[in-house]
Amino acid sequence: MTEITHHLPDWLVRSYATGSLGHAFSLVVAAHVSQCDECRARLEAEELAGGLVLDDLKGMAPSDDLRRRVFDGLDDDDAIVAEQPARAGIYPGAVVEAMGADSPRWRALGGGIKQAILSEDKEGSARLLYIPPGMAVPDHTHGGLELTLVLQGSFSDETGRFGVGDVEVADDDLDHTPIAGMEDVCICLAATDAPLKFKGLLPRLLQPIFRI
Amino acid sequence: MLRDATINFDTTGTPPIAAGQAFAGKRMDDRKSAKPTPEAACEQTDWLVAVRDKRDKLAFARLYDHFSPRLKGMLVRSGMTQAAAEDVVQDVMLTIWRKAHLYDETRARASAWIYRIARNRQIDVIRRRPRPVPDELIAEAETRETREADAAIELEQEAAQLRQAIEALPEAQREIIERAYVGELTQAEIREATGLALGTIKSRIRLALEKLRHELRDLREE
Repeated sequence: MTEITHHLPDWLVRSYATGSLGHAFSLVVAAHVSQCDECRARLEAEELAGGLVLDDLKGMAPSDDLRRRVFDGLDDDDAIVAEQPARAGIYPGAVVEAMGADSPRWRALGGGIKQAILSEDKEGSARLLYIPPGMAVPDHTHGGLELTLVLQGSFSDETGRFGVGDVEVADDDLDHTPIAGMEDVCICLAATDAPLKFKGLLPRLLQPIFRI
Repeated sequence: MLRDATINFDTTGTPPIAAGQAFAGKRMDDRKSAKPTPEAACEQTDWLVAVRDKRDKLAFARLYDHFSPRLKGMLVRSGMTQAAAEDVVQDVMLTIWRKAHLYDETRARASAWIYRIARNRQIDVIRRRPRPVPDELIAEAETRETREADAAIELEQEAAQLRQAIEALPEAQREIIERAYVGELTQAEIREATGLALGTIKSRIRLALEKLRHELRDLREE
């Protein structure tokens, strides 16, 4: 396995830890941390700071009823503890959960490129991209922030090469053309907080249909 | 504004005491620089270990008395009603009891582990869908025994220094940090205000993770 060289920025790790990140970006953070011990340690350091603040917080007295509910629950051995699914192949558990299956439901976008939408809400969207070796992802600019995590293969663009586990953070200023590496199909998890705007390949009018 | 006041905790690779000294020379005022040197893990961590290893209900009751008011306060401050906050606190406390076997005191103090459980549950509830979480690195009992007993104490020493560093901050900045972790700041506000670097603590946890990886590998090969 190649070494991860592109990590999450601090503010993103902190936003995840404090719970202020939307679902799509949280998915990328969870998927990256699943395979990056460096960022797992950074996240756990954030949580340690969160715990210090929690320890010093002025509390609010809970009701007597809460105490009763908690202690009555201790002996309930049948209680089901919700678990996120386990990793399946290249897909971390959080992605398996979002797919609702062990493999993506791909939709062809043309040129051999496929995508599978994982989530969409008012804060952003997350999808998987399937890019055949040597293919370019259509040139696009961003209306906001885009995070792209490589799950298989690699891609390269004007800013460098991204292999398995690497995450690219692209904002408004970046007008880039990622090209998949020749060694394998590149599969990425991409999340954005704004609709992507394609400049080539797909006319603007088609965007709502492809949801890209 | 906050960026100017950034504390540099990033002394990767240096031992905790040296990190504290480097820090004291920077911005800390001498009155406050008496170094805390905990010789044991904090009592909340001891209680949680007792819950994990002995299913100790008295220790659990202590955790409940310590954390339930704080958790409720935090959840209400980050926007929940009192009733909704109590529902989350109930789920968090029961999760602590049921998932205690996953707790690893060499990587997390009790309050850090509980902070994470509370955020997970709060976000599940607010968004009505499961929060994406990293795959667990399972530290089962047999691997845990082989680990250094000192690791939790060293983590506690790092934590004491971080607490001191936060206390030494100017009031306005300390308030921002508190509000960020309580959950009152948006993603955009946090992006503007990354005023607390956690490099030394990160390195300590990273070491614990490396040890765990190593042990898991050994177990697989046996």
